[in-house]
Amino acid sequence: MEIKDVEALAELARIDLTEVEKQDLLKDFDSILAYVRAIEQVQIEDTESDIILHNIWRDDVSNQREYSKELITKQFPDSQDGFLKVKKIL
Amino acid sequence: MIDLATLTIVKARKALDAKEFSAVDLAQAYLAEIEKKNKELNAYLEVFGDVLEQAKIADEIIGRGESYALTGIPFAVKDLILINGKKASAGSKILENYVASYDATVIAKLKKQGAVFLGRTNMDEFALGSSTENSAYGVTRNPHDTVRVSGGTSGGSACAVASSMALGALGSDTGGSIRQPSAFCGVIGFKPTYGRVSRYGLMAATSSFDCVGPIAKNIQDAEIIFDAIKGTDALDSTTITETTYTKVNKKEKIVIGVPWELINQDGVNSKVKNNFKEMVKNLESLGFEIKDIKLPNCLALYYIINFAEVSTNLARFDGVRYGLHIDGKNLLEDYFLSKGKGFGKESRRRILLGTYVLSAGYYDAYYGKAQKARVALRTEFTKVFSEVDLILTPTAPGPAWKIGEKSDPLSMYLEDIFTVTANIVGVPAVSIPSGFTEVEGKKLPLGIQFMASHGAEESLFEVGKKFESIKNKN
Repeated sequence: MEIKDVEALAELARIDLTEVEKQDLLKDFDSILAYVRAIEQVQIEDTESDIILHNIWRDDVSNQREYSKELITKQFPDSQDGFLKVKKIL
Repeated sequence: MIDLATLTIVKARKALDAKEFSAVDLAQAYLAEIEKKNKELNAYLEVFGDVLEQAKIADEIIGRGESYALTGIPFAVKDLILINGKKASAGSKILENYVASYDATVIAKLKKQGAVFLGRTNMDEFALGSSTENSAYGVTRNPHDTVRVSGGTSGGSACAVASSMALGALGSDTGGSIRQPSAFCGVIGFKPTYGRVSRYGLMAATSSFDCVGPIAKNIQDAEIIFDAIKGTDALDSTTITETTYTKVNKKEKIVIGVPWELINQDGVNSKVKNNFKEMVKNLESLGFEIKDIKLPNCLALYYIINFAEVSTNLARFDGVRYGLHIDGKNLLEDYFLSKGKGFGKESRRRILLGTYVLSAGYYDAYYGKAQKARVALRTEFTKVFSEVDLILTPTAPGPAWKIGEKSDPLSMYLEDIFTVTANIVGVPAVSIPSGFTEVEGKKLPLGIQFMASHGAEESLFEVGKKFESIKNKN
């Protein structure tokens, strides 16, 4: 991994990093990735998943949940008429 | 004067119902203890302002003769479990002023019983770490030696119970986060079967590993808390029912599997090995059969899935709807600045590593392979549990380390070697105190861990009680 790879990951994850932080992370990544690369050596027979995944449905009825709307709207960084206000996207 | 050091939930229940002391008296005793100790130990990030009001409500329930097992029992709650109207920061700057707008299911269940919440406890930011050193609000010190860590990530909860600042606590366990700090602090830490306890209202770290569970002073107390919080929940579709897993029949002779090869390796502290061997002997003398089994080192597998899910889960913290918001020139810059300033070092590290293992070129080699290995491990466990009833290991490869001692992240990851397996497979596990080891003149607690098959929490409580009985005799 090189510094430009760290920069590319930070760009994808939308995280602002300083130069020092990038260097530190690069150093950590080298040792951590070298360690988890052990997964490549694991020999696995072609196992079918024994975990049967299925959807969990509930009845199509509306249930009142206890939420505090006020607490939610109060924490918006910016709002207008009770709506969340964000900067323009396009 | 209530003797908090020897008090248990069972004893407190009797005393409260017999009106020997009130829930308000009990809460006041804990608040006084917190006042005395928390400044140094930093177990609580916040002590709630309405503790006595909560206790008064509990006293009314007791007065009506309608008390539940946990009415009036003072609890510490890890800072990532939501309580309506209370702050929940997950040990992070990005949620420093976040106030929860609803109750987690476990909280609603405890509230219904009239439990008293003393405050929210310190943790590694977003439950990423093994020592509570990754908290944005300072480390939690170990009550047995204050230059050492309490373990993590539920370090605050374990420390609070160990130092009589709470009678019971809730923690969460993603790869050992309830069990390891409990071992370091000398208390019981219980991780249920995946899905046994609802995760609704628990901030997600690794969704497919996370479990809420109790930290308590003895096995019986842990069982009482577990019974109160478990159950199927329509708000968490991963919760299981009583019939999801077939019940294990009681056996005459319990067989305990010990993965000696994994335990005898160099990375495990010799004092831990000696203590463990002694415990195995004790169990043999209790009539348990010990059998040598093979278990692989699962750390690489664990961390790949952890990174991947953490990076996905933490993506939601973007400063748009709540939490830290730093204003930039445009929306994209808001994201970069808010996340850059809000997330601590370990969170950023794992978000980026997760982004890496999930990226197009590496997905198959890391995440895809890890998922396959996970299925294989699950199959292997089913086989092991057809031969043994329980699996026994030390909880951690060493006692609590000194604050700042493990500055290299990888060395910290290696501490989770015995605990991550239960999370990968989803089986229940418990850490039980197994004595002390003397290091630099201080007695540090050690713990052993039992794992059982899916849904077999009962076997853990049973073996735990037997194990505690020999400890109490000695």
